[in-house]
Amino acid sequence: MTAVLEQNLRPPHRWIAGTRASDVEITQAVTEPLFQPAGKAWWFALLATLPLVLWLFGSIEWLFYRGIGIWGINSTVVWGVAIANYVWWIGIGNAGTLISAMLLLTRQRWRSSINRFAEAMTLFAVAIAGVMPIIHLGRPIYAYWLAPYPNTMALWPQWRSALVWDFWAIISYLLFSILFWYVSLIPDLATMRDRTRTRAGQLLYGAFALGWRGSAAHWRRLQTLHMTMAALGVPLVCSVHSIVGLDFAASLMPGWQESIFPPYFVVGAMYSGFAMVILLAVGFRWGLDLQSIITRRHFEVMARILLMASIVMGYSYATEWLMGWYGGKQSERSLVAFEFTGSYAPLFWALLFCNVALPQALWFPRVRRSLPTLVAIAIAINIGMWLERILIVWNTLSHDYMPSLWRTFHFTFWDWSLLISPLGLFAFLFLIFVRLVPAVSMFDMRELSHREGAA
Amino acid sequence: MTGPLLAEFRDPETMLHAIGAVKRHRHRAIDAFTPYPIEGLAEELDVAASPIRIIMLAGGLLVAAFAFGLQWYSAVIDYPLNSGGRPLNSWQVFVLVPFEVGIFAAALFGVIALLRSCGLPRLHHPLFEVPGFERATQDRYFLLSSSEDNEQAARDLRDVLQSAGAVVVTEVRQP
Repeated sequence: MTAVLEQNLRPPHRWIAGTRASDVEITQAVTEPLFQPAGKAWWFALLATLPLVLWLFGSIEWLFYRGIGIWGINSTVVWGVAIANYVWWIGIGNAGTLISAMLLLTRQRWRSSINRFAEAMTLFAVAIAGVMPIIHLGRPIYAYWLAPYPNTMALWPQWRSALVWDFWAIISYLLFSILFWYVSLIPDLATMRDRTRTRAGQLLYGAFALGWRGSAAHWRRLQTLHMTMAALGVPLVCSVHSIVGLDFAASLMPGWQESIFPPYFVVGAMYSGFAMVILLAVGFRWGLDLQSIITRRHFEVMARILLMASIVMGYSYATEWLMGWYGGKQSERSLVAFEFTGSYAPLFWALLFCNVALPQALWFPRVRRSLPTLVAIAIAINIGMWLERILIVWNTLSHDYMPSLWRTFHFTFWDWSLLISPLGLFAFLFLIFVRLVPAVSMFDMRELSHREGAA
Repeated sequence: MTGPLLAEFRDPETMLHAIGAVKRHRHRAIDAFTPYPIEGLAEELDVAASPIRIIMLAGGLLVAAFAFGLQWYSAVIDYPLNSGGRPLNSWQVFVLVPFEVGIFAAALFGVIALLRSCGLPRLHHPLFEVPGFERATQDRYFLLSSSEDNEQAARDLRDVLQSAGAVVVTEVRQP
């Protein structure tokens, strides 16, 4: 692959690391990877993720055959990796739309280089997250009972149940995200239609571009719709992860029944999602030669958001501990002590290190500008956020009101399978995505380039 | 019978100047086709505001009301179930589902309204016949304008567009 846009290390523009970025150069830089045959790196990555995808389907198959007893869950710790995965994946999923919509509403122009794949991240992550509660059901074949439909049993869903809220939140959010993503994709699909040389490509992109002509009237309506959807998307995202928080907070368990849970889950979602966006952006930038479009400055501002979120996370943890102590209930106080010193204490300290201590390095501009350190911190944050989710589940369930029921969770092979293999599916879907759809929003980039005087 | 003229420009500034010139000479600037949304262009061309947001609001509220009604009907009338002494009409938690579904419905209504108001999907259009129009989605700026229906006016419009810096001026014929 050749870099169409030369990267200039001392660029005269703020968000474009090139001396010039005309309309046609941006178009070429973004569409080039889609028209060239896939490189060795792409095939290698696809072959590397394929076994993981098969492993995921295999382990779900085995789960359906044997039941949830194959996991490390027991009669005390009844929730495990599936639930932690659900919260973690939907957190990552939330971030894509949240980032895109919030940056659009606050007129952060630099969003144009990252919004497309951040939204794609949402679609894939929410799709993976949606599977988790279903496979966690004792009888997954009855998952469709969550939907209200006229049935011969004359039954209705229990609307007061958190599981039913989850069902509607995930479905609405997934469909909303698809629409939000597609609306901003239509003009770029039209560009693809007009650049493709093959007949099949023209038919396919032409059909999905719906006959877009870029007329002034069309642009105006598209912008009205996109802006309004963004304004609706922000409360939707917050409500979706708040509902996930309510899965815990609507219970009566120590450490779960807390009013801070919904907002704390939303910040956690944004935090892990932004860390994932940084990892994906590094990959895209390298794989698609987008150094001049995704600049170091982009990473720097994203790192600042991570720093901010890490402080809010630290504050939330501290609030939980304070309220545990201040509330004065024996079960709450003993749970906080268990978190710091109990069976899972090493993991808890690791979580505090990854989520709160390590990201403080981002105060230093040199750390924010160095991609290897940023990648290391982003990976640590994602691990830390997963630990947070699993520990919310484990600590409370392992240290309930009744000491005679205290038990710990032990990982089985199938827990590891469920933890690792969805990552492979996620990467696999992304590899397919970059070969089919422009990974950067071209019309947004053209607008940015004209605004910066780089065109 | 002369059709409207489609003029191709290299950059948005020239095209905006051309719109001014077309209007000054009492011709009609109908529409412009650009690779990215240009600020102020819609106002310049007097594009009517679309009712997309009203439709979204109405659609979202309608579906949210329906979702609430469904919950209320099933929980109070059709399948009353005492769950831990909670009221049958637990409206506080019955708001969650209508909120989620309502926002999705608003988005869906918005997309439908966008497509209808733009006349899309439309897989073919006379403009696609114009050679070079495929660059409207890449790097060229097109202005569609019309004159009064006589040879003299059409020639004048063509002159105006060319002197304003159009690279190519093509007559668009309706099929």
